[in-house]
Amino acid sequence: MSGKPILHYFNGRGRMECIRWLLAAAGVEFEEKFIEKPEDLDKLKNDGSLMFQQVPMVEIDGMKLVQTRAILNYIATKYNLYGKDIKERALIDMYSEGVADLGEMIMLFPLSPPAEKDAKLTLIREKTTNRYLPAFENVLKSHGQDYLVGNKLSRADIHLVELLYDVEELDPSLLANFPLLKALKARVSNLPTVKKFLQPGSQRKPPTDEKKIEEARKVFKF
Amino acid sequence: MSGKPILHYFNGRGRMECIRWLLAAAGVEFEEKFIEKPEDLDKLKNDGSLMFQQVPMVEIDGMKLVQTRAILNYIATKYNLYGKDIKERALIDMYSEGVADLGEMIMLFPLSPPAEKDAKLTLIREKTTNRYLPAFENVLKSHGQDYLVGNKLSRADIHLVELLYDVEELDPSLLANFPLLKGLKTRVSNLPAVKKFLQPGSQRKPPMDEKGLEEAKRIFRIK
Repeated sequence: MSGKPILHYFNGRGRMECIRWLLAAAGVEFEEKFIEKPEDLDKLKNDGSLMFQQVPMVEIDGMKLVQTRAILNYIATKYNLYGKDIKERALIDMYSEGVADLGEMIMLFPLSPPAEKDAKLTLIREKTTNRYLPAFENVLKSHGQDYLVGNKLSRADIHLVELLYDVEELDPSLLANFPLLKALKARVSNLPTVKKFLQPGSQRKPPTDEKKIEEARKVFKF
Repeated sequence: MSGKPILHYFNGRGRMECIRWLLAAAGVEFEEKFIEKPEDLDKLKNDGSLMFQQVPMVEIDGMKLVQTRAILNYIATKYNLYGKDIKERALIDMYSEGVADLGEMIMLFPLSPPAEKDAKLTLIREKTTNRYLPAFENVLKSHGQDYLVGNKLSRADIHLVELLYDVEELDPSLLANFPLLKGLKTRVSNLPAVKKFLQPGSQRKPPMDEKGLEEAKRIFRIK
């Protein structure tokens, strides 16, 4: 037993990637057990390891935690990335949930029926440039500080920067009119732990391609 | 200024109902400003009151909080319904998120296209009886205590009991094989603050009917 958290998921981004980012940014080493075929998932289910028969699941500190937000909340609290008091936590949660809403659209986009793809992409672009990025740019503008909350790195900055990389992969021009967000992205990317995670060979997963989607469909039976 | 939290939403359950339940169970009085037409929502947007142009929004302690989970987390922490330490919080979060997953399916069900409704209902029934209710019944069985976490009422119990009422409205027979969940539902329903909320005339909202659905679609401009 290494004492390191163990992440159970398939070998792709999906709903585990934000957890990888947060652990990496916190400087926490972790192991991964990849679910490669349906039988691997069945085994976890039959072991009673998955409270709702679903992954992500993270073994950490003697617990087998499922549900992405439960896992993120635990990690953020344990590694002091969740603000200094209840009001900072409220802001961090509000911002993190906004990031999650756009992140969910982007994550599910490859799964949309071909006939709906154009409309979905247009919607994502529109929400990105008209709703989400302006909201976060305005937060940074309002206080002029280096980080979203409390003048200190928090999970909100990590989640947002991960999202900015996803947006950039979709279309770099979407970031064009957001100088403070671009600066946050550069600043966070230069933190030693994040810089390491962004380098080739890290546990960061590549963008999800057709092949990866087919693999996920097979493993998760959808 | 009354100092009470002010809830901004339309006059229906939707994504605000779990917040009403939690405030009520915590014994916190709150006010509601109902969005009755698209212009009401536009006004909130133009005021800059909605960080992501969406409701629910709750004015509380000088903040205009949006995002259901941010609001719930704040209320749960403030009123000591979030466990005593980080590990209890982890369990509470895990359970609350499971409740939210099934709750989301039930909430969105009335919006599904007519052709998909039968299949969706079958899926909800199946997940209720095979995945979610057994998971929570097993938690209670595992420790034999009155509440899900730490032998003390927490938000997890409130969210779960709200869900059990929703399941019961869908089909009471779904609760048949879950004696410990039925015990929890009764126990929590008898707490004075919850009992009051469950009585007619409270701020608890009725189930969504066709009329309410049309109103919501109109206000939120959903097709």
